[in-house]
Amino acid sequence: MNVQSPNSFRMGPDEEGQFGIFGGRFVAETLMPNILELDEAYTKAKKDPEFLSELEYLNKHYTGRPSPLYFAERLTEHLGGAKVYFKRDELNHTGSHKINNCLGQILLAKRMGKKRIIAETGAGQHGVASATVAARFGYPCMVYMGAKDVHRQSPNVFRMKLLGAEIESVTAGAGTLKDAMNEALRDWVTNVEDTYYLIGTAAGPHPYPELVRDFQSVIGKETREQIQEAEGRLPDMLIASVGGGSNAIGLFHPFLDDESVQIVGVEAGGKGLDGDEHCASLTAGRPGVLHGNRTYLLQDAEGQIEEGASISAGLDYPGIGPEHSWLKDTGRVEYVPIMDTEALEAFQLLCRLEGIIPALEPSHALAEVVKRAPAMDKDQIIVMNLCGRGDKDVHTVAEALGIEV
Amino acid sequence: MTQRMTNRFAKLAEENRPAFVTYFMGGDPNFETSVEIMKGLPAAGADVIELGMPFSDPMADGPSIQAAGLRALKQGQNLTRTFDMVRAFREHDEETPIVLMGYYNPIYQYGSEKFLDDAKEAGVDGMIIVDLPPEMDEELCIPALSRDLNFIRLATPTTDEKRLPKVLSNTSGFLYYVSINGITGAAAPKPEEVAKSVTHIKAKTDIPICVGFGVRTAEQAAVIGRAADGVVVGSAIVSTVAESLNGDQPTENTVSNTLELVASIAEGVRTARN
Ligand SMILES: Cc1ncc(COP(=O)(O)O)c(C=O)c1O
Repeated sequence: MNVQSPNSFRMGPDEEGQFGIFGGRFVAETLMPNILELDEAYTKAKKDPEFLSELEYLNKHYTGRPSPLYFAERLTEHLGGAKVYFKRDELNHTGSHKINNCLGQILLAKRMGKKRIIAETGAGQHGVASATVAARFGYPCMVYMGAKDVHRQSPNVFRMKLLGAEIESVTAGAGTLKDAMNEALRDWVTNVEDTYYLIGTAAGPHPYPELVRDFQSVIGKETREQIQEAEGRLPDMLIASVGGGSNAIGLFHPFLDDESVQIVGVEAGGKGLDGDEHCASLTAGRPGVLHGNRTYLLQDAEGQIEEGASISAGLDYPGIGPEHSWLKDTGRVEYVPIMDTEALEAFQLLCRLEGIIPALEPSHALAEVVKRAPAMDKDQIIVMNLCGRGDKDVHTVAEALGIEV
Repeated sequence: MTQRMTNRFAKLAEENRPAFVTYFMGGDPNFETSVEIMKGLPAAGADVIELGMPFSDPMADGPSIQAAGLRALKQGQNLTRTFDMVRAFREHDEETPIVLMGYYNPIYQYGSEKFLDDAKEAGVDGMIIVDLPPEMDEELCIPALSRDLNFIRLATPTTDEKRLPKVLSNTSGFLYYVSINGITGAAAPKPEEVAKSVTHIKAKTDIPICVGFGVRTAEQAAVIGRAADGVVVGSAIVSTVAESLNGDQPTENTVSNTLELVASIAEGVRTARN
């Protein structure tokens, strides 16, 4: 499917919350007033200097922004091609980019006078970030997490509990992120009056994809400044992993209109695209409607949603944020799959070459860097979003490598 | 409104009794059994039939309807078979309105236009699509209305003064008032509040208002039926099907238990205004 390319890639969404045909507001009537209220609150907040300066203050003093842009010298040498830089959002408070979005949304919840926070989580990084901001601002917090993820991301489960959140282990379906999101939506429909749903990725009904993107765009904005400072020019290529797509859109969005910048999103290829054990919604899915938006989905011929599969809990989602679907169809961003085994290798490579233990999600992006950099010139530049640290994944990796810890 | 829907509500108004609207899941526990249940519904007292179309991710449904949908999907239920059920039913009943209820994605994949054409041809009267609010009317609502199919909208306790006109616009057949904020099969509605809301909405529209979510017994149905033009019962019926099963298989009690429950709640609905 190819659509005509627009004058600017940075204007979306439109009034209806759509990026081309993607996005929209496909939700139960019970939620509509709330979603409209959120839209109104966000439209006001993003123009309010007080809101913006409070967020900026928290980003700086609570999260530790700006995160460094780091030249990975040894990796670059090893690959023998383009210069590789990492945007180090894994150094953020709570260990991933998820906090950028959570701080923005908790300030919105406060403005809207909500009394209770709910969130869904896959890897647990968003759950931890949500529990963190809920603790910081004094809200009760309920986190929905698939039973399978509760097991494979157990360190994060305990962190959330320490932070005072309640965890609901979801056994429906395959017990992963999609099912957690269904359950969070059910909670929201039931407690719509006082509850704020803090969505963890740039998906869901409008205005979530837009506001999550905006809060995550701090990544790309900083990157622009930092690479100018380091290299005096823009990078040739951006690479980021896409689960729901929030870290990726955060890095990509400020560069979408810079034609010279090639942009690559990396999906979870799981055990390969031939079978059904993968999570490559853009590469192997079709447009459909789920969780409030129209977007590429893994589904069967009759529109029943299929479970994804990936070694990385954070990428284990059969959908994708609607803006990515549009960026794929317009051809502005290229999306490729990376297999579990490739991600595992990249994970280990980074540990040994740079002394950084990455999360499994950005390990997918890294595997793509490993493929691309050697074929590029030495004066070319790749920036990769190193959006999370790997502490949470060490058990999963040990298991995959057949090592007992 | 389709002629069937108009006639049915006119007749009920004449008899001064509320409609009994029954929801069940198509294809649960299998195709044949659910056709049998469907065929038995009118005699058991159902005035309007809501035929559930299963979806893998029913985000507004509680555990019993979720489970029913998964059982149906496992048995191969899909839209083609849904229409087969309607055709089988229409062989014997040309009068009872049939409303399809479900989520948008399976329809979108089938093709919205084709879905509407096939529905019309099979003898469907309308549809309730949970995740298509008025903001999304271009998708299915407008094309449905242009084929003289009813697009039945949900109104909820969160539908305030400001929003109500939007919800009422393009609604046809009846308005489905969801009596609680929540998912299907959850808490019971508070009769006084429901009555207040129904009266309030009635001042703004002439179309019938049916009330559902959380109605499980004849007594509750009777109370709700005093104020509303119809009472919708779903989870109670679906749970009765589930309780009759042996594993996932139907038993000799599946159809009879289900229709007995329907008959007993119908009693309540019929005495609502006595
Ligand atoms: C470190 C990390 N990266 C990426 C993701 C995927 O989410 P997104 O695509 O929204 O960035 C997650 C999700 O849990 C994560 O924890």
